[in-house]
Amino acid sequence: MTHYIKKIEQINFGLMSPEDIRKMSVVTVEYPDTYGDDGFPIEKGLMDPRLGIIDPSLVCRTCGFKGGDCQGHFGSIELARPVIHVGFGDVIHKILRSTCNDCGRILLNDEQIEYFEEKIHEAMDNKESISAILKEVYKAAKRELKTMPEDDEEVDMKHCCPHCGAPQEVISLDKPVTIRQGDYKLTPSEVRERLERITDEDAYILGVNSEVARPEWLVLTVLPVPPVTVRPSITLDTGERSEDDLTHKLVDILRINQRLLENMEAGAPQLIVEDLWELLQYHVTTYFDNEASGVPPARHRSGRPLKTLTQRLKGKEGRFRSNLSGKRVNFSARTVISPDPNISINEVGVPEMIAKEVTVPVYVNEWNIDEIRTYIENGPDVHPGANYVKNGNTKRRVTEETKEFILEQLEPGFIVERHLKDGDMVLFNRQPSLHRMSMMAHEVRVLPYKTFRLNLCVCPPYNADFDGDEMNMHVFQTDESRAEAKSLMRVQEHILSPRFGGPIIGAIHDHISGAYLLTRDGVEFTEEEALQIIRKSHLAIPPFKSNQWVLKYDPEASEESFIYKDKGDKWTGKELFSLLLPNDLNLSYSAEISKCPVVYPAEDATVVIKNGILEQGVIDESAYGSFSGKILDKIVKEYGPGRAKEFLDRSTDLAICGIMKTGITTSLNDEEIPEEAQARINEHLDKKMEEVDMLVQSYEEGYLQALPGRSLEETLEMKIMQVLGEARDMSGSIAENYLTMGKQSEDDPYDHVMAVENHSVVMARTGARASMLNLTQITACVGQQAVRGGRIERGYLNRTLPHFKKGELGAKAKGFVHSSYKSGLDPIEFFFHAMGGREGLVDTAIRTAQSGYMQRRLVNALQDLQVKSSGLVTDNQGNVIQTMFGEDGVDPAKSDFGKPADLNKLIDEIKLEMEMEGK
Amino acid sequence: MKIDIQDHMLVPKHEIMTEEEISEEFSDVDYEFKDLPKIRANDPVVEAIGAEPGNVLRITRESQTAGVFVTYRIVEG
Repeated sequence: MTHYIKKIEQINFGLMSPEDIRKMSVVTVEYPDTYGDDGFPIEKGLMDPRLGIIDPSLVCRTCGFKGGDCQGHFGSIELARPVIHVGFGDVIHKILRSTCNDCGRILLNDEQIEYFEEKIHEAMDNKESISAILKEVYKAAKRELKTMPEDDEEVDMKHCCPHCGAPQEVISLDKPVTIRQGDYKLTPSEVRERLERITDEDAYILGVNSEVARPEWLVLTVLPVPPVTVRPSITLDTGERSEDDLTHKLVDILRINQRLLENMEAGAPQLIVEDLWELLQYHVTTYFDNEASGVPPARHRSGRPLKTLTQRLKGKEGRFRSNLSGKRVNFSARTVISPDPNISINEVGVPEMIAKEVTVPVYVNEWNIDEIRTYIENGPDVHPGANYVKNGNTKRRVTEETKEFILEQLEPGFIVERHLKDGDMVLFNRQPSLHRMSMMAHEVRVLPYKTFRLNLCVCPPYNADFDGDEMNMHVFQTDESRAEAKSLMRVQEHILSPRFGGPIIGAIHDHISGAYLLTRDGVEFTEEEALQIIRKSHLAIPPFKSNQWVLKYDPEASEESFIYKDKGDKWTGKELFSLLLPNDLNLSYSAEISKCPVVYPAEDATVVIKNGILEQGVIDESAYGSFSGKILDKIVKEYGPGRAKEFLDRSTDLAICGIMKTGITTSLNDEEIPEEAQARINEHLDKKMEEVDMLVQSYEEGYLQALPGRSLEETLEMKIMQVLGEARDMSGSIAENYLTMGKQSEDDPYDHVMAVENHSVVMARTGARASMLNLTQITACVGQQAVRGGRIERGYLNRTLPHFKKGELGAKAKGFVHSSYKSGLDPIEFFFHAMGGREGLVDTAIRTAQSGYMQRRLVNALQDLQVKSSGLVTDNQGNVIQTMFGEDGVDPAKSDFGKPADLNKLIDEIKLEMEMEGK
Repeated sequence: MKIDIQDHMLVPKHEIMTEEEISEEFSDVDYEFKDLPKIRANDPVVEAIGAEPGNVLRITRESQTAGVFVTYRIVEG
């Protein structure tokens, strides 16, 4: 096919005139048949070859192109009688209602005509919408009489035509296409006649531009017949032909049209003609829209409703949403995800089944030809195999039969589509793709079973969990894309989030509690155990010199700076962790557990790392947790993403080993507190309740002082809320005293209920999962339930439940839950808790929808901004947005949690280094 | 009583730039003048300082990230 470059200058939306339809028609279809007995399409039938051809071996009689290149040509059907177009039923109704039944002028006086004409002109000139004006026009022009007056009866002028004075009867629309005047049903011919009478000027005011459309074109006299390419017939395996739904519908139309024509020519009675006419209207209506209300849908012989023109375009499965907006890609896969702590953060476990389906195209050359031979020998069903071999334009599938032939032919220059294998780069994605970390490049690890496996550290950037989440994988098909992804999209390049300048990829859950359990003070391992852990977490065994282990080894530094460990000595967890720190790392910060009221030994709360040795402090969330890890942050920023990846892989391994040495478990016993504590909590709650009652009393007796800017009621509510808040916090902190991680001080008798290790608290305090609030709600007191940010007010008149007095203001009556989750809620508390809980659910549901749309608008507004190397931000027109990006020119991903530099941190580090030098 | 809006805490400092200032401060920028952000000629600040269409305003404002940030706007004519 010859190709032309055409440029669209303008698009006109309008109606097609009968002449237009006839002009573009290449054949007037007359016979309701498709193929003759000889198997060839019938001339002037619905499959007339002039409508275009599909068979590539034939040449189109109309355009001269081969099948496949010929885009098809429209035909037409001359309707025996005009028919109303379903889509325009209400437009026709509105126009007829606004024009005189008699003379056809618009039912407005000259003044109004001039006024509206000007208004429409102005709106058109300003390129504004005229729909509001048109609505006004139709409202002003509507004048209808309920009943037709007798001849001599006086008629109110507001029901008459301002031009000819004829009284105007009600015009009603019987959806979708029947138009009545009073009780008389107008035929489409009559409708068309009336529409023809409307002058171009009047049509303009009614919103019909005579340059592109005339009102009478809303009534069809000629029906366009779409080309066969639009409604191809399918040949079944049995050789039977099955026609498209549209063809079926056109056959129906032609059949009735022909019968109507014959009857009319034969002078059949009016009644029969009208019946056939109505039938023709029905068929044309369902041809356009088979789901029009008030019309029974046309059905296939099997009873299935036909899919006609409207159905092809409309809805989720329609042409627009499914075919034009929706894009699908090859070489992609989707399945459920599951965790695998044994693969690296930049790997993804790919099921063998998928690896054999999606392929990588490889150019054969003399260096890889032997390798590729083995793939072809393996074929499509054995794992490192190949599915297709391409040579120029010929593409062959590798099968048992073609294998030998292909191997014989194979030479450099061929392209072989080989299976995915370990080490290939793929793109991995989880929807919703809200930020760039939602699509990252991973290395393939072909694994058994049917799920994608991913390292737990990459869960936060994808926001993935394993409750049934599915993810997509895309395989790069060119070397350019692979190279680009490898330098820009690899997981380790995204450890630092551009959102807050800290690591988003980091340890979560068990990795954190595991590291804590390993690096706590007093954790010791025998040499054998220690070496096992080192081996198991894939760390290098430290060098062994003159009966000493060398923990830190720097060939460039002097011998003195080495740190040795005698053979046979016990290893501490801190020493083990030090093995994965860079040799010259100096760092000091407060650990997550420093937020505990008491830490024993106190040194564990402050982390000090000197020359890569963890001297004191424990490893927890603030060390290498996702969103907050200090050590991780420093390693990425100073040693690069590669080192950081290695650190994360090894430290998670080590943490798992640590957690396996101690074990971690949790039960309700972890939330146990002694009876005396419970008694103290109850006593405390009672005291606070009294306080609330006092407040209420002082309000009722009138000596409560209103706070500035608030009413008396608001003041009372605020004070009560404050007291109740204190009540919960106090009961919580009483419980917290007993919820400890173990020994609290040197002289700790170690014999109260919580003396033993409490893993729930370990998880909460180290930041692995849950918070102390969660634990104290289980142990001590759930606290105030809220709806709309305040105490619960709704329910019955002046009270929440019928169990209370009207106007009662006490704590219990407005949703304060004294009980703990462990002791259980009473029915009233339970009900209030459910109210608060539901609000939480509704809020999250609404928030996701709202913030999703907000994000979409923001992305659309900012998507084509660009930053020049000078820091200048412009849009695609060259308009300056900012003269320096972010006003400070700092890339947040390379910043220190949003700031260009953290001076306090720098000073601490320098101090450490000076100290070292002094030593 | 007329309030000088320039005294308001939320209105940053707007100054009309002289020819010399313009040639000095814009000597090495990689954008064209017309691409600068615009400000309406009937903007209250523009009226308050008496700027004319075509004038370039220097706006000095506090910035969360940079402390003090200087930006420019051209008065739309």
